[in-house]
Amino acid sequence: MTKAITVSGLHKSFGRTPALDGLDLEVGTGEVHGFLGPNGAGKSTTLRVLLGLLRADAGTAQVLGRDPWRDAVELHRHIAYVPGDVTLWRNLSGGEVIDLYGRLRQGGRAERGGRSDGLDPRRRAELIERFELDPTKKGRTYSKGNRQKVALVAAFASDVDLLILDEPTAGLDPLMEEVFQRCVAEERGRGRTILLSSHILSEVEQLCDRVSIIRRGRTVESGSLADLRHLTRTSVAAELAGPPDGLARLPGVHDLDVQGRRVRLQVDTDRLDAVLRRLSEAGVRSLTSTPPTLEELFLRHYTADDDEEAR
Amino acid sequence: MTTAFAVRTGSTRQLAGTGTLLRFALRRDRVMLPVWIAVNTLMVLSMPNALGAVYPTEADRVGLMRQMQANSSLRAMIGPVFGDSVGALTAWRIGVFAAVLAAVMSLLVVVRHTRDEEESGRQELVASGMVGRRASLTAALLAAAVADGVLALLLAVGLAGQGSAGAVAFSLGVAGVGLLFATTAAIAAQLTESARLARGLTSAVLGTAFVLRAAGDAATDDGSSVLTWLSPLGWAENLRAYAGERWWVLLLFAAAVAAQGAVAYALAGRRDVGMSFLSTRPGPAAGRLGSAGALAWRLQRGSVLGWSAGFLIAGVVYGGMAEGAADLVGDNAQAREIFERMGGQAALTDAFLAAMAGVMGLVATLYVVGSVLRLHGEETSGRAEAVLAGPLGRLRWAAGHLLVAFGGAAWLMLLAGLGLAAGHGREAGALVGACLVQVPAVWVLGGAAVLLYGLVPRAAPTAWGVAGAVVLIGWIGPALDLPQRVLDLSPFGHLPKLPGGAMHWSPPLVLLCLAAALTATGLAGLRRRDMTT
Repeated sequence: MTKAITVSGLHKSFGRTPALDGLDLEVGTGEVHGFLGPNGAGKSTTLRVLLGLLRADAGTAQVLGRDPWRDAVELHRHIAYVPGDVTLWRNLSGGEVIDLYGRLRQGGRAERGGRSDGLDPRRRAELIERFELDPTKKGRTYSKGNRQKVALVAAFASDVDLLILDEPTAGLDPLMEEVFQRCVAEERGRGRTILLSSHILSEVEQLCDRVSIIRRGRTVESGSLADLRHLTRTSVAAELAGPPDGLARLPGVHDLDVQGRRVRLQVDTDRLDAVLRRLSEAGVRSLTSTPPTLEELFLRHYTADDDEEAR
Repeated sequence: MTTAFAVRTGSTRQLAGTGTLLRFALRRDRVMLPVWIAVNTLMVLSMPNALGAVYPTEADRVGLMRQMQANSSLRAMIGPVFGDSVGALTAWRIGVFAAVLAAVMSLLVVVRHTRDEEESGRQELVASGMVGRRASLTAALLAAAVADGVLALLLAVGLAGQGSAGAVAFSLGVAGVGLLFATTAAIAAQLTESARLARGLTSAVLGTAFVLRAAGDAATDDGSSVLTWLSPLGWAENLRAYAGERWWVLLLFAAAVAAQGAVAYALAGRRDVGMSFLSTRPGPAAGRLGSAGALAWRLQRGSVLGWSAGFLIAGVVYGGMAEGAADLVGDNAQAREIFERMGGQAALTDAFLAAMAGVMGLVATLYVVGSVLRLHGEETSGRAEAVLAGPLGRLRWAAGHLLVAFGGAAWLMLLAGLGLAAGHGREAGALVGACLVQVPAVWVLGGAAVLLYGLVPRAAPTAWGVAGAVVLIGWIGPALDLPQRVLDLSPFGHLPKLPGGAMHWSPPLVLLCLAAALTATGLAGLRRRDMTT
């Protein structure tokens, strides 16, 4: 698989505050990549470097095979971006802004196949309807969610290879969030690459093929959700026929709690096999096992951050 | 009993949190207000010495007073003279200017803490606290009152050497105008939805007040015209500081402040947070903007049109006054010298027209700096980020706004020249040329703003300080006998004095090169640096 984005060892500081500290990121062409991290971890900084708005202090970044700083203008023809905090011009209507972004992306070049504004007009109209956006309202009268919709319509209606979305659903209601998820699925169907920074775990779980978790400007985990699940623990609760034996000595077992024949424990997911074998030796009357959620994955990394902070 | 009590708690509740908000407002303005107050104070307090040096004897001053009184053009610009003491001449020379500065300071403070806060959405968070419905407006007005009060105190103390009654009258007049426009701004902030428009509306009222006073003072030599009395700036001069103070004029200020304040509170009580009385119309569902230049023009066209109207009208008015300036064929060498130093060499009509062309060049620097700094506003608001995420280079993005800024400045000076020609009725070509020769100097200031924005974006607003310094040097520097080294700092000081003087091509060409170099350096910086958000 070719890579849409390759970042390695990215460093960026603002004054004495380091924002990125050797960040690595790989996004394959055609995949939806979740970009996760606590507030202030450097997500937006990374996206701005990828857009050539910031210049990295060290490290390399390649977007669609180009240098995002040097080739910014040419590169941006193939990128649509939705910032986390959409600000609009007070006296321009939403429709005007959508068309402005479209035309700017087209770079004022001559008409291509009748699409003078760089946007697919049918898709534009369809998106406006699906997102229930009133395009005649002026920028100052939109709510946060509606400003977000303006940027989303502009991004989804444009003909690009890569979508960079920075917490794009932060202001959307659940219905609109669903519209958004369907749009992302459609974009993936068209073979577009999407880098999605998000805090909404169900969204990431549903949409993303792979995720990267960053913390303090470094990548701490990266891989498919299935890969990452191996790194987490499964909760097991069982009622046994006889007292269990030697569970505590098994590698990867945590928080073991034995009360007579009832057993509760957590086990590293890749060690699950040995635990189950030991349990069935004792005779299983009932068994529940809860798979790891992304929340747990998330919390483990986020709390690790706090621990480090406390030290 | 119970009702009265309930009403009282109700009204104190409406003001809950005012003290905290006032302290907060003063803290936010801890740099801006002292600078405004200091500039105004220093300007006024430097006058007695300067005037005393140029007109040392009473005979000199009587001569000056007679001539000024007889000249309707000068009365329109500065105001009538009511006495021949150094104090009275100070009040005459600087009174209107000081009052206008106080008014601008007050309107900025009030809009900043009312409509600006609502527009940005910060007000919502503040209002959700233990804050009364009237607290924000009250705190904003009090902040302006504190600023005007401190200014009045400093002026009164500083001028006390010329006589304490006059010092008190002068400073109360200045502060009265300031407070009055604070309440005007408070009304405008209720009417408009945008802070920019609220500032514009209040400035338009201030401009109208200036024009009324100018017209009234041109018609009469003792400030007794109805037009003068219609203008708060006319009230300040009619207080007659150092010339038999008329204390009852202060009642006019008190009544007007109370009336406008009542209107502002009544309007504020009848609307929702963030809403306004002038509502927003819907816009088109599809847009036609397609380039950085079109966007920049769309964003700035309202402001360009407003400035255009102002420059054209000012040109016509000043052009019409020019003949009157020839009345000033006095034998007072110093007065003539002052006027010539303000910008002219030959005949007094030409000198007057040249001075007016220079004044409009100075005002155009405010336009060019404000227009260039739109780039800064677009960047810090995050709007530039979304635009630059498209295939649009930074230089092309900046070029759109700079075209409006630099082209607009040249356009304004052209309009000023055409206005002067229309008002004067003669010498059209020479007058247009006199205004256009200012353009390179205006562009140097624009270039300075680009330089600051490109290299040190955080310090970009200091371009206002640079422009303010140049305006001050140009406006009152010559009358103050500032050393030539200081006068030379202003690019305007190097321009040929047209009409009347000889045209030298080298100064404007050098200034053009300087403007180009400043702009290019700033743009190079913009290209290399990080975008801030």
